[in-house]
This record gives sequence, C-alpha cells and structure tokens, in this order.
Amino acid sequence: MSEPIIQTRGLSKEFARDQFKVVALNGADLTVDKGEFVALMGPSGSGKSTLLHLIAAMDRPTSGDINVLGQNLRGLSESAIAKWRNAHIGFVFQSFNLLPVLTALENVELPLKLTKLSKSQRIEHARRALELVGLADRLDHTPRQLSGGQEQRVAIARAIVTDPDLLLADEPTGNLDAVSAREVLTLLGRLNREFGKTVVMVTHDPHAARAASKIRYLDKGALLPEGQQPEDWEVR
Amino acid sequence: MAIPLSYNLRNLAARKTTTIMTALGIALTVAVLLSISALAEGLRTSLETSGHPLHLLVMRTGASAELVSAVTQEQYGVVKTKPGIAKDASGNPMASLELVTVIVLESPENPGGINVTVRGLTIAGLKMREGARISEGRMFTPGRREVVVGKGIAAKYPMARIGGKLQFGRGDWEVVGVLDAGRSVANSEIFCDLAQIASDQNRENGLSSILVRAENEVSMQALIDDLKADRRLKPEALSEKAYLAQQTQSAAPVRAVGMFVSVIMAVGSCFAAMNTMYAAVARRSAEIGTLRVLGFSRTGILASFLIESLLLSLIGGLLGCLLVLPLNNVGTAIGSITTFSEITFQFAVTPRIMAVGVAFALVLGAVGGVFPAWSAARKQILTALRQV
Repeated sequence: MSEPIIQTRGLSKEFARDQFKVVALNGADLTVDKGEFVALMGPSGSGKSTLLHLIAAMDRPTSGDINVLGQNLRGLSESAIAKWRNAHIGFVFQSFNLLPVLTALENVELPLKLTKLSKSQRIEHARRALELVGLADRLDHTPRQLSGGQEQRVAIARAIVTDPDLLLADEPTGNLDAVSAREVLTLLGRLNREFGKTVVMVTHDPHAARAASKIRYLDKGALLPEGQQPEDWEVR
Repeated sequence: MAIPLSYNLRNLAARKTTTIMTALGIALTVAVLLSISALAEGLRTSLETSGHPLHLLVMRTGASAELVSAVTQEQYGVVKTKPGIAKDASGNPMASLELVTVIVLESPENPGGINVTVRGLTIAGLKMREGARISEGRMFTPGRREVVVGKGIAAKYPMARIGGKLQFGRGDWEVVGVLDAGRSVANSEIFCDLAQIASDQNRENGLSSILVRAENEVSMQALIDDLKADRRLKPEALSEKAYLAQQTQSAAPVRAVGMFVSVIMAVGSCFAAMNTMYAAVARRSAEIGTLRVLGFSRTGILASFLIESLLLSLIGGLLGCLLVLPLNNVGTAIGSITTFSEITFQFAVTPRIMAVGVAFALVLGAVGGVFPAWSAARKQILTALRQV
C-alpha cells in the first residue's frame, strides 16, 4: 500500500507586490507517495517553485494545510523547521549554491555540522556521499575548480549526506549542458530507485521531466489534475 | 554546532584588499591608542620605580614641588633627630638635605633649550638612592664644580656628555659621570655637590627639601604626623611615592588629546568595519540563504558574521600592536607640570597595554559587526537566495 509522504490541501500562497496582490499558488492539493519521483512542470510563473519552497518549508503558506513526512509544517516554529529540514530534506538548487571558499568535501560536510556526529564520522559520511556521485577524486577541489556538472553533483552529495527521506530539486539541470544534465538526472533516478529516496523535481524541461515516474503540471498558480497539461503547453 | 570558522577565515582571505584596508584602519586606531598608553605607562613606570616606599619628602608648608620649597639648615637639624628615621651602617640618620634648581639645556631638537632639574646633595643623599649607579665616568667630587648626569640627559643633550661643560650659576661645571637609575626619574636629573651649588646660587640657607627614610611602614605615618605637628617646622611632609604620583598628571594633557584622537579614529574604524561587513553580507546573500536551507539557524548566521567581524578587528588589533612595538623602550621626554622641568623616560609597550589595544579593536569589531550580522540573520530564506 502506498504511503503518502507529502500531502497538501488547498495550499495557497499570495505575495504583495507594490500595491498588487499576486497569487503564486492557488489551492494546490498534492499527494506524493514514498518512493515516487515526481516532476513539477509548468511555464514560468505557474507556481511550481513556490510549491517546492512550501514543501521544503522555506516559505509559509497563506492558507491551506501542508503535511510532509507526517509533520504538519504550519505548526512548527522557525528553529524547529530548521532542524527538521536538516534532518529530513535534501535540497538541490539550480545554481548549485556551493560555498565558494569551501572544498567539495567541506561543502558536503556542512549539513552534518548540525548533527551529533564526530569530526571523523562527518568526514567519512561526506566522503561516501561524494563517492556515490562519482567525485571521490575531487574532494579537495573548490567549486571554482569544478565544472558545472561536477558542482551540481557535489550539491547532490550535500543534499543526500544526512540521508534525508525527501530530495527536492529546483531546476537541477537548468544551468547545465546536455551531457551534464543527463548525468545529474541519471543520478537522481538512481537515488530514487536504488536508495528509495522520494524525489520532487521542478523543471520546465520535458527531457528532464522524463526521468521522473510521474509528472504534475501547474498553470497560473493552479495544480492541474493528474494527466492534464496546460492548454497552450508545447512539448519541445 | 556553528558554521565553521574556516568559512569566515577563508572569506576574509578571499577579499584580501578589503580585509587589509579595513584591518589597517583598525590597526592605526589601535596604534594611536597604544602610543598614548605606552607614553603614559612609561611615565607611570618611571615615576613609580623612582620613589622608595619608605622615603618621605619634607618641604615648606604649601609647597607643591621642591622647586618652590625652601628649608633651612636649622630645620634639617631638627628633622634628622626625629625618632623613626632609619640609620645607615655608620649609625647616621638617613636624611638628605637637597637643593633643587632648574637650568636650561639646548639640544638639536630644541635649540631654544629645555628646563632640566639640577639637584645638589650630599653623600647621604647619594647613599639613599641605592638604585642608581655610575655607568660611565665617576661620581662628582664634593667641593668641586663637577656634575654627574642622568643617562636620559646624557643621551639627549650633546653638551651633557662626559668631559662636557655646563654653564650655570657662576661658571662652568664639568660633566664627570653618567648615572644609570634604571627607569627612575633620576635619569632626568643632574647631580652635584650640595655645598658647591648652594654657594654658587647664594642659597646656603634657602635649600629646597629634605629626603628622609623611615625605619618601617608603621613608623612612616607616625613620622609624618610628628613632622607636621612640630611648630618649628610646620612642613609639608608626604611620601616620596605620593609626591611622584602627582607628576603622572603631567601626561594628562597629552593623554586627553590622544584619547580624543583615538575616539574620533575609532568611530571611523567602526564605520569602516561596518561597511566591509555590510558589503560581505550583500555579496554572500545567496550563501546565507543556502546555509538557512541546510538547517543553520538565524542565531548561527548572526554569530558567524559577528565572528568574522571580530576576526577582522583581531587582525587589525594585532597589526596595531606590531606597529607600536618598535616604540617600546624608545626614550622620550615630557615637561612636568609639577617640577617645571623635563622628565625623560621610555615608552613602555607592555603586554597589558597590548591586551587593552586588542580588546579595544575587538570592541570596534563587535560594534561594527553587530548590525550587518543582524541584517544577515534577519533575511528571509527566499529573499536571500534571490539576491545575487
């Protein structure tokens, strides 16, 4: 029996921009089961990144309920959310967001600084995560010494080093060439299939979305029913 | 656990020029403060090491300095028979009648001349200054127009070197020796025979002061009380330490100006540190957002940027200490507002002063860093991530 890992009900997010109210997400009902690899697609401004940010508790919804990994996020304090995110969520950014002054190993070790692991245990975990993404020979390289694809793989290693249940990726291939993008998608697919990680990936690239087991579309802030695409959506 | 310190250190190293310029600004502020402190400390050390804890200075009532005091041979006769006065090896009371006057000496830095204290004393007076020794030449011979000069005087005035002649009173005085009195103010004085100078200046019965050594600390206060109560004397009697302590006030005007300059510079340095840290926060906005996404708290972010500012100011503080260190033991002089003559002494850049300088720098760093760190901590995650 499938076990829902993400459940949102009537989830909405509004922003005030100058004197206008912008509805970024309008009553989204999303369920993602454990072990799924879901791609959130849609045109720019459709609300897909907003939904991802709400799932990661990087932002608070205006209304609606959100339950991730059995935790009602609306009821958590900011410090509790920070701890929860560190323990349960791995986040992959479009621009990699590695700290440029730290080496690959130190970047990957960073989230473990918030755990009770000893220094040697942290190094061991970070080393293993980098081995998993195929960068065992780049431990002491700084981000500037890595290619875009390698940087994103370091970022994925950083996202999985705490062994989170849920991997969230915001346009992970958006800044990569085709070869690197394919490598990153293969890696995410492997993490999903071999390691049982639930993956939610935002993308507007249909090729990238094909790596997912399920695609959900958003349009003008609304999450469309399963199998439905925006009317003017062109598959490139 | 906090954001690693290496993150802050490497960020400081990554923007070398900004770090060095800001640290240099802090370093100069600390250097000004340390220079003034080293000057005041040097003067204080000089004056503190000068006084003997059991010495009393007896002067005329109302006299604030030996130069404006007058005592007679008769009063000396009364004073030296008082009970409680220590005796030397020969059983003589340790009491020294002295004459203090001021002469003008020229130096290359001051062609117009500077007031220098000349002290006439007897063998008894010399014996009471155990810390002083002849480092060059010999002691003056009683009854001759000879002087020995403190090492500070010898170093500063070319005419006050061995073999030189000093013109004052009724003629020339030959410099026959140099007196090394450690860090004491005796280094700033010229010594000669009491009888000779008293005669030279027609002051056989208008001498300046009597230096007395008490037997012990208990008898010291009793001796002061006894002297003050004596109607034949009605003197000003105070411990030599207290007398010298008054002279530390001579550094007060310099210190006040120095502190004023330091405070003005400190405000500037504080703003420089603040500016640097605000720039760092702005440049690393996406990193702040990322750290928050990874699970670091607002407090962790605040601490990290505050620590970075403190590290920056620590570099400045240590640099300031290095800048001032060459001043240590450099001879300088200050006009005493008590004796109207010059006191030579050395800058004293002590570990305590340097610690105060580094602490001062850290305060600058904390004040300059707290607002930028607070602004970093307050950023919303998504706002921070979008500010690239």
